[in-house]
Amino acid sequence: MNLKRREFIRLGGITVAGSMVIPTLFNSCKSIPVSDSAAGYMDHFEVSPEQLQKLLATALGKGADYADLYFEHTVTNATSLQDKKVNSAYSDIIFGVGIRVLKGDQTGFAYSENTSMDAMLKAARTAASIADSNSSWQPAGLNELIPASYYKISTPWEEIQIKDKIPFITSLNDKIFAGDTRVTKVNISLSDSSSYILFCNSEGVLSWDYRPLTYLSARTVMEENGRIENGSVSQSFRRGFEFLTTEIVDKLSSDAIQKTSRLFKASKPKAGEMEVVMAAGSSGILLHEAMGHSFEADFNRKNTSIFSDKMGRKIAENFVTVVDDGTLPNDRGALNIDDEGVTTEKTILVNNGVLTSYIHDRISAKHYNVNPTGNGRRQDFRNVPIPRMRSTYMENGPHKREEIIDSVKKGIFVEDFSNGQVNIGPGDFTFFVKFGYIVENGKITKPIKDINIIGNGPQALADITMVADDMEIDHGTWTCGKDGQGVPVSMGLPTVKIKKLTVGGLNA
Amino acid sequence: MNISEKYEIAGLVIKHALKCGADEVAVAISDSASSHIEIREQKIDRLQESISNGLSLTLYVEKKYSSHSTNHLKKTELLKFVEGAVAATKFLSEDEFRYLPDPERYYKGGGEDLKTLDSSINTLDAKTKIDLARQAENEIYGSDDRIVSITASYDDSISRDVFVTSNGFKGESDGSFAGISASVSVKGETGRPSDYWGEYSLHFADLIKTGIGKTALERTLKKLDPKKISSGKYTMIVDNMVVGNLLGPFIAALYGSSMYQKNSFLIGKTNTKVSAEVLSITDDPLMVRGFGSRHFDQEGIRAEKREVIENGILRNYFIGTYYGRKLNLPPTTISPSNLVFRTGAKDQQALIKSVSKGVLVTGFNGGNCNGSTGDFSYGIEGFLIEKGEIVHPVNEMNISGNMIDFWNTLAEIGNDPYKYGSYLTPSMLFDNTDFSGL
Repeated sequence: MNLKRREFIRLGGITVAGSMVIPTLFNSCKSIPVSDSAAGYMDHFEVSPEQLQKLLATALGKGADYADLYFEHTVTNATSLQDKKVNSAYSDIIFGVGIRVLKGDQTGFAYSENTSMDAMLKAARTAASIADSNSSWQPAGLNELIPASYYKISTPWEEIQIKDKIPFITSLNDKIFAGDTRVTKVNISLSDSSSYILFCNSEGVLSWDYRPLTYLSARTVMEENGRIENGSVSQSFRRGFEFLTTEIVDKLSSDAIQKTSRLFKASKPKAGEMEVVMAAGSSGILLHEAMGHSFEADFNRKNTSIFSDKMGRKIAENFVTVVDDGTLPNDRGALNIDDEGVTTEKTILVNNGVLTSYIHDRISAKHYNVNPTGNGRRQDFRNVPIPRMRSTYMENGPHKREEIIDSVKKGIFVEDFSNGQVNIGPGDFTFFVKFGYIVENGKITKPIKDINIIGNGPQALADITMVADDMEIDHGTWTCGKDGQGVPVSMGLPTVKIKKLTVGGLNA
Repeated sequence: MNISEKYEIAGLVIKHALKCGADEVAVAISDSASSHIEIREQKIDRLQESISNGLSLTLYVEKKYSSHSTNHLKKTELLKFVEGAVAATKFLSEDEFRYLPDPERYYKGGGEDLKTLDSSINTLDAKTKIDLARQAENEIYGSDDRIVSITASYDDSISRDVFVTSNGFKGESDGSFAGISASVSVKGETGRPSDYWGEYSLHFADLIKTGIGKTALERTLKKLDPKKISSGKYTMIVDNMVVGNLLGPFIAALYGSSMYQKNSFLIGKTNTKVSAEVLSITDDPLMVRGFGSRHFDQEGIRAEKREVIENGILRNYFIGTYYGRKLNLPPTTISPSNLVFRTGAKDQQALIKSVSKGVLVTGFNGGNCNGSTGDFSYGIEGFLIEKGEIVHPVNEMNISGNMIDFWNTLAEIGNDPYKYGSYLTPSMLFDNTDFSGL
């Protein structure tokens, strides 16, 4: 969203109740000319171009190579339903600036939670201490990097009052209760957040971003003959209030009923190694865990990834192409610029079976002497950016879904997941299956649930023997955790078959 | 921010919220300072200093409830924040169970010093910290050709919080910790196993400062070239450092919120058997120098020592004020503090000696537990045990089961409680765990 200055100010407030709060205007004369958009963000954080340059000069005062400033103001609101009533709300504000200094692969970092010059200069001096020589930095001009607009919105959340949200939440609750007589409890949460980012670095890049993010989730409990099952569903996008529609409420309510009720018939499979068919959509968790993290260049720079010596090598069948994309419209993983002022892109990680790119931030891109890929991300201004995924998915392949299921002798078909993990060095990855089926001689048979699947990343990638033409991006509320930092991501996959993975379960 | 400044802001926020129409208010204000240093290749890879503040606000307005947090503590912003928060709360539905706890249950002060704070951590200079991390790397740098990466870190933090409610609670809590750790990756025939070791303490003087790199390397080299074993039921020993992963869902099932949401497999089990008799757990908030020690919980409720599990019998849930009222159960405390286990006679080595065929689990990889049913499945790594001896490392396997059945297979508890966390878990030995492998 490219906000004109007046619009920005109108939207920039803290609005739990939809009441606008006008930030104090910073009425300095600006000798360095900047666009209205840039000026709007600078006013919001009460800084001038000259002050940004003074902070960068201080950060580079001990002779490092590079410094950047990341200003953030994020307002989050959550509204929750329990016992059929919207009876609790939560809001959170974070505000501050992170100051980072790089010298080769080395990082100095500090932050300030207020944007007074004294506090920011103190943080800049702390970050500067990663270097130890006496040198001075001569500011270049400021070059505005106009961010892309991958998340156009109609109605910002700041214009919406809590009472405007409540009807959608109660309607979702009512539809879930109406859908199945076994429903005994429903918990619903609607979260919306708006982030304002101002970025400036010692190379003269000046940029900004407005990032909306929202999700609606429901947890449904059903009881049948003394047995209890629960199912969770959610949808998340970078959208404004227009996210809330009858369609999304209908989709979530029918998914909630279907995903919870089918659990009563499911049980644990027999333990062991077997063929695994991953359904289109949220099975993208396979890529995220088995490969995505291992492609993050910080692990490779440090030689700890199992893929550290595989660049340019054939690591999968010809029909396997894996991408990490920051440009999907309104997607949870989309970014107009990454968190170190780099334009995002669709990065091809595996092209027709060959490893073609890691996932880079500025440090690793410089280390490998390649262009950054726009994957430098941070949880917030209090954390340093590191290489992170955005939306990770596999392109369509030559096979058909039915053909894949037909080909399975003894295995499972999995379609709903809650979480996953990877051990980078050994390459062992896992994902937890909330629901799937046993497949015997090409036929889907008994439902299964609550089992962990474990495999080895490079082996699993090489073992992808079939890829269908039905790729789907999953729009669930996926949050990826690394080094204690959570960032929103999405994932996708066409139906694929893996020759062999180890499936948790029971032994006779 | 000093303590009196925090009390002043808390007082201001409460006064303003009441003026805006709130009936009751609770405010917590925290600040913390922390540092993080990472050494790689004998250079500083990352040097990070953080000072952060936070305010959280709980509002009860016309029988309606909301909670809020902000780090933007400029007075003008804060007052607007409070106004917006009170106004928003009025749009919600009433909830008759939402009001502050009975002040009779609040901590009134005068408790023993639990020694959770070492303020000398504030005065350490950067060089001391950097040198400690350097030393952890230097212990092993260049010592083995198989090493592909070492990252050594020093971390510390110090925090001081105040909590004030409009019905008479006023209290402070504080804490500190310092730690040195090292992560090592080595290159083997198959993959690059990694492991780490860390020493931690609430007080800098008590921190073990040597041997960290060496221990990390030893632990990593043991994991070279793991092999998967056949699926089957095996005796399982779980290392004291990671057994908390299996305990987590069991403790989560004891929360009032979990029971009310039917996300617990231990509903209505007070004074019934929920595990093998060998298990006894006490929640002890008043341990001196405990990682989870406190005089009051997040609601200001006076801390008390309580039996949680006694010889396998469930004695107490973790029930806060709100869910206590909703469930019509007497409130205890909203969350565990230090969980202390009755220990057994053997150390981990002796437990291993007692196993003819089994697996020592030293790490978990993903997995989950269904809170409503207790069905679980987790990825694991560890070592194959045969005839009382470690044979080789194992990886890429899962364990699966049901929490209720599983805790009844607990056969023996070690004498080695984990020192560096609020769950003081000893190593544990379980009979007949379902493993999936080859």
